[in-house]
Amino acid sequence: MPAVTETRETVEKLAKSSYEWGFETDIEMDIAPKGLNEETVRLISERKGEPQWMLDWRLKAFRAWLEMEEPTWAHIHHPPIDYQDAHYFAQPKKKPGPKSLDEVDPELLKTYAKLGIPLHEQALLAGVEGAEERLPVAVDAVFDSVSVATTFRKTLAEAGVIFCPISDAIREHPELVQKYLGTVVPVADNFFAALNSAVFTDGSFVYIPEGVRCPMELSTYFRINARNTGQFERTLIIAEDRATVSYLEGCTAPQRDENQLHAAVVELVAMEDASIKYSTVQNWYPGDDEGRGGIYNFVTKRGICRGARSKISWTQVETGSAITWKYPSCVLAGEGSVGEFYSVAVTNNHQQADTGTKMIHLAPNTRSTIIAKTISAGHSDSTYRGLVRMQPKARNARNFTQCDSLLIGDQCGAHTVPYIESRNMTARVEHEATTSKISEDQLFYCRSRGLSEEDAVGLIVNGFCREVLKELPMEFAVEAQKLLQISLEGSVG
Amino acid sequence: MSDFLKIQGLQARIDADGTPKDILKGLDLEVPKGEIHAIMGPNGSGKSTLSYVLAGRDDYEVTGGSATFKGQDLLALEPEERAALGLFLAFQSPVELPGVNNANFLRTAVNAVRRARGEAELDAVAFLKAVRAETKHLSMSDDMLKRAVNVGFSGGEKKRNEVLQMRLLQPSFAILDETDSGLDIDALRIVAEGVNSLRSPDFSALVITHHQRLLDYIVPDRVHVMAHGRIIHSGGPDIAKTLEKQGYTQFLEAAA
Ligand SMILES: Nc1ncnc2c1ncn2[C@@H]1O[C@H](COP(=O)(O)OP(=O)(O)OP(=O)(O)O)[C@@H](O)[C@H]1O
Ligand SMILES: [Mg+2]
Repeated sequence: MPAVTETRETVEKLAKSSYEWGFETDIEMDIAPKGLNEETVRLISERKGEPQWMLDWRLKAFRAWLEMEEPTWAHIHHPPIDYQDAHYFAQPKKKPGPKSLDEVDPELLKTYAKLGIPLHEQALLAGVEGAEERLPVAVDAVFDSVSVATTFRKTLAEAGVIFCPISDAIREHPELVQKYLGTVVPVADNFFAALNSAVFTDGSFVYIPEGVRCPMELSTYFRINARNTGQFERTLIIAEDRATVSYLEGCTAPQRDENQLHAAVVELVAMEDASIKYSTVQNWYPGDDEGRGGIYNFVTKRGICRGARSKISWTQVETGSAITWKYPSCVLAGEGSVGEFYSVAVTNNHQQADTGTKMIHLAPNTRSTIIAKTISAGHSDSTYRGLVRMQPKARNARNFTQCDSLLIGDQCGAHTVPYIESRNMTARVEHEATTSKISEDQLFYCRSRGLSEEDAVGLIVNGFCREVLKELPMEFAVEAQKLLQISLEGSVG
Repeated sequence: MSDFLKIQGLQARIDADGTPKDILKGLDLEVPKGEIHAIMGPNGSGKSTLSYVLAGRDDYEVTGGSATFKGQDLLALEPEERAALGLFLAFQSPVELPGVNNANFLRTAVNAVRRARGEAELDAVAFLKAVRAETKHLSMSDDMLKRAVNVGFSGGEKKRNEVLQMRLLQPSFAILDETDSGLDIDALRIVAEGVNSLRSPDFSALVITHHQRLLDYIVPDRVHVMAHGRIIHSGGPDIAKTLEKQGYTQFLEAAA
């Protein structure tokens, strides 16, 4: 309940207006030369020790990508990206597992400390032996492109759960990966997905067997940490019949001069009565006050409810990036399956966000809910773009969409673009949209009760986002509130 | 110490769609420590404006005069600094904060003020205990703590919520702007009791009301009559009774 109060304490420790978590870690890197061609793809596959089918898959994607063009329809603007001016592979030199934190690279520990990761979690992230017994959350750290540490495998293995870096899965569970990879997001789905398919270097793989409720929340910390290294994460989560899993993804990134490309792909597969909850708190470096140096975040996230009564729920809090282009989607193929999308997108200064969701209803009695909250401040620009499609077989399908925009100041913009396509007479789609401003009355009321202006804004913003924040797992909700407040600092007055 | 709250020649205006409109026109008022004063006056005479200016709302421009509180220049302080100093305003129209949990709001406010006053913050348990005691006093249901601040509250519930905030924030000077309006007879008694039980040598209040009835419960040390942005008459509690019977005319004529 008191998260906001605690949030403020944390926030007060953070310096104003500068990006607290922008720093760089100097760890020995194994870096591929700049540029992207078939050789780069082969090199990545070879370094990863991949089987032939995987290389063939990548090459197919690469050739498709060459034929494709960057999408231009989104409501965003950026200088052209030079895809040849980036490294596509970077890996910290592997070292044998440390016995204690004393043996861990001090640079790495400094990074974690600045991120505010607690000590016991640092040990986990750094792969200290025996550290896993003490933590309730499983962490598969993606430090740069390669998982430095994977933990909790033992506990999870006992439940039959597989949670590992996707490159390990390609080697150790090829039959599963081959069966599902690219089935939700095909290699040539879109420009960025094709690029990702060709050059992804890491990401997570999760497999929950039939009837298993995953014994813990699964979490991954993403960091971009090598200069000019695009990030191409690939995540694949499969929940078999009656399986349940909750997956948390969180990111922070170091300060940069150049814009950095991030093009991840996430695929979710839910079988009969299975349930997958995917939560994201995203905090890529947004650039300075003028928008220089921020991360470009072009992500393809899609889940398919294959089985009857299955459920996929996306929850996201987006506060970072110079540019965000992201539409987590659900394909509702199983009869009576459920898709949910809860989103908070905050833009400040010169950030641009074009986000939303797609709910594709294929089967009868499918239901979807979309709650999208957009907060714009400074000179930022935010667009919500949502597609609800009712296919001919989607008898009695239901969608409820609610889009609320909150404007702070009068230099920013918010746009709502709903697309509704209904090919079934019995399907019903409801759409509600509101736009509001934080009023002087509200600020004064809060301040007359002793709150500072920034605390008042934080409180009102968190109230505005409440319906979404309550969908997040507890520890993530606190983190999210903190980020909301930090990202809006200096936006009033 | 007589200059607890001291207002001299206060003038304030508001920007009414581009044209400045003078509302307070040289207002003098003193409320000594430990006293409760009442202000009565016709609609539009500037009572709420006075309370907003004292609390620090910045749509009003102070064009003259001064206001000191505990020896400090009140007008130089931010609204939150005034709250920390012990000033509290119960709004005539409390503001809704959609989605903001009332209990969370109260605790954030209480701890902000406590921190500013150099007192220890209340943890969740201590806060809940304090708030429960007060809601019981005010016959408020716990349900009101779980709801969003003032959203969907009835008129009377909003007023009670203001009194709840006042009691939790422990001000040394409270302005109650028509807190009695819209209250049923029982609620009026409960709210009045909420104010009366704060009476002490260290607590003062300015009660703005249109109704003599409230002043039967909260018996003021002095009553001021306000008209056209000024205090035009001051006296004992009897004035309220005169006003109730005869209206403002005689005071207005005497002042003219
Ligand atoms: N934003 C504004 N724009 C224009 N005029 C305003 C504004 N705010 C207040 N006023 C005017 O200032 C005058 C004083 O208003 P105020 O609310 O202080 O009166 P009041 O004494 O509290 O009245 P009531 O008894 O009805 O509550 C009124 O004439 C009102 O219309
Ligand atoms: Mg008034």
